[in-house]
Parts: sequence; structure tokens; C-alpha cells
Amino acid sequence: MTYLHSKLVAAWLTAAVAVLPAALPAQAQDLELTITAPAGAGGGWDSAARSLQDVMMSTGAARSVQVINVPGAGGTVGLAQFVQSAEGSPNQMLVGGITMVGAIITNDAPYDLTKVTPIARLTGDPLVIVVPSSSPYKTMADLIEGIKKDVGRTIWAGGSAGGADHILAALVTQAAGEDPAKVNYVAYSGGGESLAAMLGGQVTAGVSGYGEWQGQIESGDLRALAISYPEPIEGIEAKPLKEQGYDIELVNWRGIFAGPGISDADKATLSAAVEKTVKSPEWQELIKARGWADYYASSDEFATFIATETDRVHAILSSIGLAQ
Amino acid sequence: MESLIYLMQGFGTALDPANLMFAAVGVILGTAVGVLPGIGPALTVALLLPVTFKLDPGGSLIMFAGIYYGGMYGGSTTAILLNTPGESASVVTALEGNQMARRGRGGPALATAAIGSFVAALIATAGLAFFAPLLVKVAVKFGPWDYFGLMLIAFVTVSATFGSSPLRGLTSLGIGLWLGLIGIDQLTGQTRLSFGVPNLLDGIEVTTLAVGLFAIGEALFVASRHLFNDEKPMAIKGSIWMSREDWKRSWKPWLRGTAVGFPIGALPAGGAEIPTFMSYTMERKLSSKPEEFGKGAIEGVAGPEAANNASAAGTLVPLLTLGLPTSATAAVMLAGFQQYNLQPGPLLFVQHPALVWGLVASLFIANVMLLVLNLPLVGLWVRLLKIPLPWLYAGILVFACMGTIAANPSVIELMMLVGFGFLGFVMRRYDYPIAPVVVGLILGPMADSQLRRALQMSLGDPMILLQHPGSAIMIAIASIALLAPFFFRGLSKFRQDED
Repeated sequence: MTYLHSKLVAAWLTAAVAVLPAALPAQAQDLELTITAPAGAGGGWDSAARSLQDVMMSTGAARSVQVINVPGAGGTVGLAQFVQSAEGSPNQMLVGGITMVGAIITNDAPYDLTKVTPIARLTGDPLVIVVPSSSPYKTMADLIEGIKKDVGRTIWAGGSAGGADHILAALVTQAAGEDPAKVNYVAYSGGGESLAAMLGGQVTAGVSGYGEWQGQIESGDLRALAISYPEPIEGIEAKPLKEQGYDIELVNWRGIFAGPGISDADKATLSAAVEKTVKSPEWQELIKARGWADYYASSDEFATFIATETDRVHAILSSIGLAQ
Repeated sequence: MESLIYLMQGFGTALDPANLMFAAVGVILGTAVGVLPGIGPALTVALLLPVTFKLDPGGSLIMFAGIYYGGMYGGSTTAILLNTPGESASVVTALEGNQMARRGRGGPALATAAIGSFVAALIATAGLAFFAPLLVKVAVKFGPWDYFGLMLIAFVTVSATFGSSPLRGLTSLGIGLWLGLIGIDQLTGQTRLSFGVPNLLDGIEVTTLAVGLFAIGEALFVASRHLFNDEKPMAIKGSIWMSREDWKRSWKPWLRGTAVGFPIGALPAGGAEIPTFMSYTMERKLSSKPEEFGKGAIEGVAGPEAANNASAAGTLVPLLTLGLPTSATAAVMLAGFQQYNLQPGPLLFVQHPALVWGLVASLFIANVMLLVLNLPLVGLWVRLLKIPLPWLYAGILVFACMGTIAANPSVIELMMLVGFGFLGFVMRRYDYPIAPVVVGLILGPMADSQLRRALQMSLGDPMILLQHPGSAIMIAIASIALLAPFFFRGLSKFRQDED
């Protein structure tokens, strides 16, 4: 109980920690960090935050790391709270990803990712397009044919509306030469529920992170037609969309941010600590166990990436009527 | 018979001293977090995940399962003693359980909850061991139309069961359904009724509503009456153990609760709430003493508690056979599996039989441990009720606020808690039932998304609800249950007019 207890107290104290002034530019090895996971326990951002916590402490990149969960609205609730509480703070970080980019646009959120300081892009997972094993579609070309024949009766299942899964379904519909606004996308709250719809044969095709459905793909209950990663991935049989002649790539990336307006010295310290973590063998081993792919990019590179990604996601969401 | 051999080997794994210790740590932690509002089993497992990364997978998964079952036990304790359900699954337990406690029968209430949970979990775990692969084939066939039919039945039974008239029940349900509309719509990602408050984007937290309506509303109500009435301490009357009559009235509800809870828990979107409410309704209809309901009927604790724990075992069916998490705790456990590079799913039983059957066997053992741990605690818990009323209610207020803040540290959440407290007070004052509000909030958004999913799949044709036999039958049952009482009343009135 003591472990739990200290965690809980830590969570309560975070608000207090947030208002403490940044007195000293800390050395990497005695960093005391708080990472906000803008999602509930168990999700992708939560496990990313907790994995980072684990490896940062075991490699000595930071002395202590606390993870707090601020769930809600595709991460925008956590983002809003973080922007307000982490201004100039040298020891607070936030996990985010492509779903947050989409949620900011569709929810018309008060704060976007330009308000926070990108520290590093961490992981990037392929999305996979599958059909039930009983489906007549054997290849990606069959599915595209089906969309051309009747776009409305091609029912897609995937995660929340406006998220990465929805975007990929829209991109595929577009590639079939149909209006992406017509995509019949049924949103589920997670890979689990949409999996039941796939196995029950209630929908035509499904989109999810590859790792979430890996077991069903390997057992043959689901047939993987393509992955959205730009290059083939070792150990994954399904070929990238690009390789199959469709100019689509979408990576479900996750990254880490610091608060608004932090000093260059603090930014350098945090970047160095994260880089040290990500380059460690412990991290490589852990992401492999979790089925994630390394997609590291440094702070500046990540900032440029977010700008182009935001424009791209905005354009797709506008085309399917989820953004102005 | 093959299953039986595997199960025996599983017991071999689970009885390994190290694994026994993991199970013990799990159930103790689980009971503790179940009693504390705000930290549920899901959060506990998530907190422990990084700690267990270095441990052996079998042991830590056994511990997680212990936490899961333990949390289910612990949640009922606060519901009965303090009228503060720590999670949505123990909302129903608070209804009769707290009434029993206030009439000095807290001991039997806790005992029937503990033994009922034990019996239910035992049967349901056996069901998990032998019928999981079969059950799951039926469960995935359950389409959005079928879920919608199931929700309709739940709505009708709940509003007809609670309160002095169906109209009052339906009014309360309507409030809940309205609250359920608040937040981001799952199917389109658009916000509804959030009035620009970011904390409302994800909807209203069920525990905030339940704790506000039950605990705070109750405290306000007691305080308001207290001005006029003398203080009545909740002394313990009779034995703190169950009498012969209690046993007689409990065993059938335990079995019926299990029969409802396990299959619904195994449905991918079934959950623990529908079976607990259904079990309560059923017990009220079947009880030989229906007049006791609302005043502390033991059947109303025994049935729902059994249903609650049976559904917990039920959620492991899709998790282990499909890799499909159907509750927050199951989702975190899935992350736990993945951490060890184990992919739950159709291959898990084949690839890692020792692990799966070890887990199933340790669920049996965790159950025995929970019973041994919880029964002696009953005597300790009921002493809480000897605390004078003003102190007790002051304590409940502190406890409720702390739990809310721990789960969701924000001022708006606290303001909502107080607001719901006043709502609960007003509803009590004017005799409107409270439980349908909570049901509306939990099931309303689910019914909404399932109905719209069904319509999306049929390209807008509502006949899809009647084309599938499962949903057609359930919608028919719900309509009859709603209309029959009015019809018969009308009929008898008509006859009276003729006389």
C-alpha cells in the first residue's frame, strides 16, 4: 500500500508542485519529473507515459518520475490543464499523439499543440486494415473495388470519430475515387469493441493499431489487407499501402511535450534526458515487447513534423465534414 | 475432460507458494482500493504495471486478477455502510444494503454480500473454465440492435421497479438520460450540452453522480430532518451474522444473480450495471416479502452482489478468448499481458495453457482467500455504524469529496458533486427514486450509440431492429413490460365502469 499511497499523495500534490517556481536549472540525473498522460489508465498514452517513467528511472535519466492521468476528450482536457499549469516549468511533461491533433480540430479545443514545447517524437505504430476471415475480399484491390461499387454499404469499424482510424478509412475511400465525406464509418470506443463487431461479421472492414489486433490476425480470425506504415515492417506479413500502389501513409505517432515558454536551458536538459532514455537498450527492449515501433525525432524535427501533420489532418477532417 | 486435466495442472501452478503470495497480495490490495472511493481496481492495476514488469508473468497476472475480484468485494462494503458506492456496479447494493445497515442489520448485509460474491464468483469461474470458448461465439454475434433491445429492457424494468409509480421512475430516468447526453458524441465527435466547459467534454463521471445523489443527498436529507426529529442511533440489532431465515432468503438470489451476471458480463458491451439492476428487479418481483423492498430486504443485496461478481468473471471470457477487454480493469490487464509479449486472443489457450489455467485456478483460490479475509472483517466494519449520526455523516461528506478529488482533481468536479447532492436531496424530499438517474447516465449514451450504429449499418432503415430475432424479442418484452400495467389498469377501470 505504501507504493500506492505515495502515488496518490503525489497526484494530489501535483497541483502544488505546478505553482512552485523553477528555482534551479536541474542536472539531468536529479530531474524530478511529472508526466501527464491525457487519458485514462490502460490506454496508449497512459502506457507510453508509464513506460517512459519506468525507463527514465531505471537508466538514471531522471531521479524520480510521477505519472498523472487527466483523461478526456481525445487528450484535449489534459492538454488544456497542462498549458495552464506547466507554463515555464522545467519538470513537467505531457504525452500526446496524432489522435490529439485530430481531437483539437474536431472539438475546436481552446489550446492547440503550438502552445506547448515539443521535446521528442517517441513511437510510431502502423495502422492495419482488416476484413473478417469470412469476407469475400482477399486483397486491398478487392476492398477498393467494393468501395467503388457501393461506398455506403462498405461499413468501416474503428476507434473514435476523427481519430487516426477514421482518417485512414477516409483516405482509402478517397483513393478509391469516392467522396471521403461518404465514408460509412462506425466509431467504437476502442480496439476491443470494434473487434467484436469485426468478429461478429457486422461490418465490412476495420482499422486499428496493428498491435491491438495482432493475435486475431495471427490466428486467422481477421485477414490483414494492408498496413499504413510507409515501409514494410519486420514480422508483419501485410504489405504497406504504398507498396501496393496506393499513395497513403499514416503513422499513429506518440510524442512528448514540455510546458509553454520554458527556457532554452531547461528545454535542452529535458531533450537530453529523453534522448538518453530513448537510445537506451532498456527502451528498445520495452517498445519491442509492447509491439511499438521506434519513431524518434528530436525536438526541432518534431516541431516541423507537427506543423505539417496538423495541416494534413485538418485537410482530411474538413473533407469528411468534421472540421471547418 | 481435457479441460479438467488442464485445470488440475492449473491448481498445481496456482498453489506454488510464490503464486499464492501474489494472489494474497492481490486480494488484500483489491479489497483496500475497493473500500477507498476514487481509486478503483483499474487504476491500481495500472499503477502496479511498471512495478511488475520485472516479475514473472504468471505471478503478476494472478495478482491482477486478485485485485479485480477484491475490488468487487470491497466496493460493496462502503455502499452498504456509508451509502457511498465506490463504483457503478455497487450502486444497487447501496439501495437495500444501506437500508439494512440503518436498521441495525449491517452484519447480515455484509455477510450475504461476501458469501453471495463468493458463490457467484465460484460458479462463474467454473463457467469461465468450461464454457468460455462456446460462450464467446454467441457473444460476438450480439449486434448493436441486440444491445439496444437489452438497454430498452433495462430502462423499462428500472423505471417500473423503483419509486412509487412508473411515471416517477420514468421522470428520474429522463433526468439521467439528459445528463447522459452531455459531452462528446462518440459517433460524430461533436460536443453536446457542454456549454464550453472542458471538464464536461467527456460527460459526467458516473461515480460523481452516484456519490452526489446517494451520499451527499442522503446527508443533506438527514440533516434537514434532524431539526425536527430526535437522533436515532443505528444500533446493531440481533446477531451480526446471518440468521437461518437470512440464509433461506439469500441462496436463491445468489444463484439467480449469477445466472444473470455471468452471461451479460461475457457480452462485449455487457458490463456489470445491467445485470445488477436486472437482478434487483427480479428479486423484488419474486420475493415473498416485496413490501420489505426499499426498507432493507436481504434479497436486494444478495442478488445484485452475486450478479456483480459473476459479471466480473464474465468479462474475463472475451478477454482470454478474444483479447477483447470489456471493462476498464480488463483493459489494463490486457496491457499487462502485452507487457509480457503475450497476446490474449484465440491462441492464448493453445500457446500458453499453463498460464491461462493457472490464472483460472488462482481465481478459485483468490475467492477462498477473499471469503476468509472478509468475513472476520464484518464484525469490525459494523462498528463504524456505532458512530453517532452527525459524526458519521460528516465523515461520509469528507470521504465522498476526497474520493471525487482523488479520481478527478478539479474544482468543477467538486461543484458537480455538490450540485448532484442538492438534486438528490430535492428528489428524496419529493419522493422521486434516485437509482433510475444513475441508470440513465450509464446506459443512455450506450443505448444512443448502439441505436445509431444499428441505423448506420442499415443505411437508416429502422426495420433492422425488428429483422434480427434477438432484438425483436427484446423490444417486444420491453414494450409489454411498459404497457401491460397501464393496459390492465385501464381494463379493470373499464369493467368497474360497466358495473
